[in-house]
Amino acid sequence: MRGFLLNRLSQSLILLLIVSVIGFVVLNLLPGGPLAQFGLDPGMTQDDLDRLKEQLGLNRPLLMQYLDWAWRLLQGDWGHSFRDGAPVLAVIGRHVFATLLLMGTSTAIAIAIGTWIGIRGATHRYSLFDHIATVGAMVALSIPTFWFGLVGIYIFSLRLGWLPAGNMYTIGDGSVLNYLHHLILPSIVLSLVHVAIWSRYMRTATLDAISQDFVKTARAKGLSERRVIMKHVVGNALLPMITLAGVQLPSILTGALVTETVFTWPGMGRLFLDSLGYSDYPVVMGLLMFSAILVILGNLIADIAVAIVDPRIRLG
Amino acid sequence: MTALAANAGPSRWWRSRTVRRFTSHHLALLGVAMITLLTLACVFGPHLLPYDSLYIDLRARFSPPLTGHHYLGTDPLGRDVAARLFMAGRTSLLVAFFAMLLSTLIGTLVGVIAGYRGGWIGAALMRTVDGFLSFPSIFLLLALAAALKPSPAMVTVIVAVTSWMEVARIVEAEVRSLREREFVLAGRMLGLSGTHIMFREILPNAMGPIIVASTLTVARAILMEAYISFLGYGIQPPLPSWGNMLEGAQQYLGSAPWLAIIPGAAITIAVTSFNFIGDGLRDALDVRDDHI
Repeated sequence: MRGFLLNRLSQSLILLLIVSVIGFVVLNLLPGGPLAQFGLDPGMTQDDLDRLKEQLGLNRPLLMQYLDWAWRLLQGDWGHSFRDGAPVLAVIGRHVFATLLLMGTSTAIAIAIGTWIGIRGATHRYSLFDHIATVGAMVALSIPTFWFGLVGIYIFSLRLGWLPAGNMYTIGDGSVLNYLHHLILPSIVLSLVHVAIWSRYMRTATLDAISQDFVKTARAKGLSERRVIMKHVVGNALLPMITLAGVQLPSILTGALVTETVFTWPGMGRLFLDSLGYSDYPVVMGLLMFSAILVILGNLIADIAVAIVDPRIRLG
Repeated sequence: MTALAANAGPSRWWRSRTVRRFTSHHLALLGVAMITLLTLACVFGPHLLPYDSLYIDLRARFSPPLTGHHYLGTDPLGRDVAARLFMAGRTSLLVAFFAMLLSTLIGTLVGVIAGYRGGWIGAALMRTVDGFLSFPSIFLLLALAAALKPSPAMVTVIVAVTSWMEVARIVEAEVRSLREREFVLAGRMLGLSGTHIMFREILPNAMGPIIVASTLTVARAILMEAYISFLGYGIQPPLPSWGNMLEGAQQYLGSAPWLAIIPGAAITIAVTSFNFIGDGLRDALDVRDDHI
């Protein structure tokens, strides 16, 4: 286990290094580069900008600049927002919860429904249900999330008036019920694609598990089919799903960001768009790096979780 | 040899196993039919409709579908939605198609070199792939689109730059498994150059997975362009795209829902079709199903 952990940890660190290089390249692609903030200020002349460039060391070789930038990143100095001067990490921190809440809820929905569809599809292979689930998954994967959100708002908020059309809560009403009421539509919209993905993988994993010897043994022992499926098949089929949850993280995050923009959900996606609109590049860069780190961390945790549950992996 | 290479011969390719399997895949055929129809509509539709996509019919603003000759209604400026939908389809499909070509090219190059060379070059390339995959694609797309001027060509490049990784992974795995096969060893014995072996000997045998992946990339590229254009960072008006037709639609959702529903439906139909075709090709070309 120790060797496995060290191995995975070092892989994640290397990945982090690569991600930071990509981030640095994007930062330098942005109009005006790291100085964009001051270029917008009419009180700054080109001479001032040049002096600032000298002062901040932006005329040094790119490698030196990168090392400096990465070092400050490591120390938690992610710069300050152009908008209110608040530290970037603090600004992001204010929006993380909303995004995680949305992601968590919709992942729970996707896992619950997807697992059920996948198992049923595998145990009733080539049935009408299985065919509908297969085609349905492919269509679900093709529906643009933001458009599905708009259609959802049209039907459930504007036509039926059942659910709010956006925001995380009604101002002046901080009750849990109010939060839940606002959470329903965006989390269902976000979960659609992942129900599809999860159900397809679960179907494959269940079919794999069903054909294993220990399932034949369980059947031979005279266990009821229900018990065989629930205890022996599902348990083993869920194992690879932990890795899938990690692999799907960027896609869930992407989906959450898109959903947020449609539902004016005050999370990182909303923040990203607002910051882009204000040319608030420190926050844009911060979010880019923060989300990548989140994804790397998520994958690491998923891998460790699988290794804990499944000794075959950590023992190689 | 893959089914594709085996069928490349001159004798009646249309009766080959690959073609037979593809044509027995009903969803794939449906996808081909829908894409053909959509393409024809986008090419010829604008010439057949009574209104030009730029004509502003001020007395018919916000007309719902099927009023007069505005078959799909009009937008807030009174422009014909049907005409704009087909013009937008040209942009969206072309951008997606070229983005697919470019991303397949990048992905294949990276994948072949990483898979064949292996060692530290391979490791460095594949870790770069992992690095790109660690960013939520929409953040990377938007940051790049905001940084660079979003002309249609630039949008194509941006979409390609953020979607070549899947192809690279698939090709790398395929090439790595082919690298030790007899025909490659034979090529080395004959003293063929590495480039020749990579691109003339190995690559043709990895075409199956590449074709499938690139079909799915078209679907993905349509979605990506739609997202960033919807948010105002992609294709810029007055050039219509399916994504930017949706841009202002949310504020009129209550009064003019067709503005949101129609372009979104077109996107869904196009993306579904490409996914169906990709699924059919996967069956027909015997590509292992480790994605969905």
